[in-house]
Amino acid sequence: MSFMQIHNLKVHYPVRGGILNSVVDYIYAVDGISMEFEKGKAYGLVGESGCGKSTTGKVIIGLEKITAGRICYEGVDVTNSNNHRKSAFNRDIQMIFQDAHSSLNPRKRVQDIIAEPIRNFLKLTPKEEKRKIHELLEIVGMPEDAKYKYPHEFSGGQKQRIGIARAIATNPKLIIADEPVSALDLSVQAQVLNFMKEIQREYGLSYLFISHDLGVVQHMCEHISIMYKGRFVETGSKYDIYKNPQHIYTKRLLSAIPNTSPIGRDERKKERILVEKHYQENVRKYFDRQARVFDLVPVSKTHFVAATSSMKGGF
Amino acid sequence: MDVLLEIKELHTGFRMNDTFYNAVDGVSLSLRKNEILAIVGESGCGKSTLATSIMGLFDQRTTRIQGEILYQQKNLAALTEEQLNEVRGLEISMIFQDPLSALNPLMRVGDQIEEGLIYHTDLSKEERKQRVLTLLQQVGIQDPKHVARQFPHQLSGGMRQRIMIAIAICCKPKIIIADEPTTALDVTIQAQILDLLVELQKETGAGIILITHDLGVVAEVADRVVVMYAGEIVEEAPIKELFLHPQHPYTRSLFHSIPQMNKKSDRLNVIEGIVPSLIHLPRSGCRFADRIPWIPQEAHEENPQLHEISPGHFVRCTCWKSFYFNTRKGERYV
Repeated sequence: MSFMQIHNLKVHYPVRGGILNSVVDYIYAVDGISMEFEKGKAYGLVGESGCGKSTTGKVIIGLEKITAGRICYEGVDVTNSNNHRKSAFNRDIQMIFQDAHSSLNPRKRVQDIIAEPIRNFLKLTPKEEKRKIHELLEIVGMPEDAKYKYPHEFSGGQKQRIGIARAIATNPKLIIADEPVSALDLSVQAQVLNFMKEIQREYGLSYLFISHDLGVVQHMCEHISIMYKGRFVETGSKYDIYKNPQHIYTKRLLSAIPNTSPIGRDERKKERILVEKHYQENVRKYFDRQARVFDLVPVSKTHFVAATSSMKGGF
Repeated sequence: MDVLLEIKELHTGFRMNDTFYNAVDGVSLSLRKNEILAIVGESGCGKSTLATSIMGLFDQRTTRIQGEILYQQKNLAALTEEQLNEVRGLEISMIFQDPLSALNPLMRVGDQIEEGLIYHTDLSKEERKQRVLTLLQQVGIQDPKHVARQFPHQLSGGMRQRIMIAIAICCKPKIIIADEPTTALDVTIQAQILDLLVELQKETGAGIILITHDLGVVAEVADRVVVMYAGEIVEEAPIKELFLHPQHPYTRSLFHSIPQMNKKSDRLNVIEGIVPSLIHLPRSGCRFADRIPWIPQEAHEENPQLHEISPGHFVRCTCWKSFYFNTRKGERYV
């Protein structure tokens, strides 16, 4: 059973202008998405920049206000109620940020950075707190003396691991990872990804993995949603999306990923140009009159795609 | 072979506390006509420093460039700023990673493309305007007249990068240096920009040096690849050779770190340790030795050289012969 449901979530930003600075229009950053989270699973959220994927992450954790829709956590409606600092929801949902460097307070030592969620949510004696910090540093594979250092003394990968240590300090159920590895080099990226998988297995964590890198997402996630202009165009299991993409936008996205084999690259290029041409010609069919993505309809048990009901068989 | 650019034993050092530390340490390579040469490596390996050295974009008070960069019998490393200005933009041009910070925010993009033409050609104003419009069309912009009058902030990331490319090709240079041209872009836009680069290269016959950390991009467009680590070339090979038979431990470790769909194990390979900083760079022996400690010392050369192991395929040091991967369970595999 899912422990958390998001229902028809919307975030609209007002655009102000005109003579009295009145609201003239809205930007539909997130425009009606629904998700469910199950224990121990990783969910991927993929899309181009500006499609609203980061906003989705922020709104779930409560860094942005929800315009409409509902978030239910273990049967309790937690929509916009995150100002209770010690609520179970805030303890159980944590976030890993893209830029580890700017997400760590430069004037705090590592031990104080990691201790912050512990002090907020867990009532521990100073001794227990110390032990907990040691434990966390050990989990993320950092030496014990790291706790006296400041963030700038670490490399990019190490900083990201401090960020992870902070996120797992309260034994959360869901971690929202907003592009956690996109600023890292390949070998460091591998290190962080391995590590995230390990703690997932060990603690039964769920992830919402937000990324524009389809390679990373398919490595980490069983369940993937493709987002475009604030709405889902396709959601399904890894195999549904990669082996049997239905929506034209997904197909185009997949054809654009560089392959790490030079063999057959000319054919891939031809294919890519073909898909792009097909996309340009048919793109209107896949969106409604306001250029919005259609609602999702099921293709199979796990696989949903945005389409009108009349188009269902016609892909 | 038509060699366009030849670099011989290039050392580029930065001054820190009155000592020079070489970020590029003895790199020799050549760029041929009609070729896309990719330079790959992780951050801090000196690949961008190499590109900027070719363009001479460094402050000469704090950097020291030794060695030769030969272009048409001229040593670019020894030219003065004025002499370099004659070459830059006309014969060799550069595409930068972040187009928003490379473009002038206060100038219309059409005027920015025109700048190079004013400096290097004697075209009349009318001819220049015409050329700008053809260039914009060439880089795939639908409505050149309208776009030429816009400012960079009014354009999308992909459009801006197209403008950068238009600026780079405005005087039909023989060499284009592209420093991470697609890193800041989405995959769909990235594919379009790469296709555009390849197309333009085929049309003009220019040589392109493509600097990137993305092995996928390399596999899609490059003809020859140079892998750099800690300021040195560790492997150089034609594209297929490198991707099918990578030899140097560093190259192989990198390939094993890429998340891939059809991989059996779900653990990615991790290279032990970290890239040494400029000050702590080992200056003798195999620079990669610290990161593969399970390989015995005897396997490394005392003074690692590039060896040609098959035609056009160079590998530094001899440690690749005895290299194997170590899993965490202590199993070995090659």
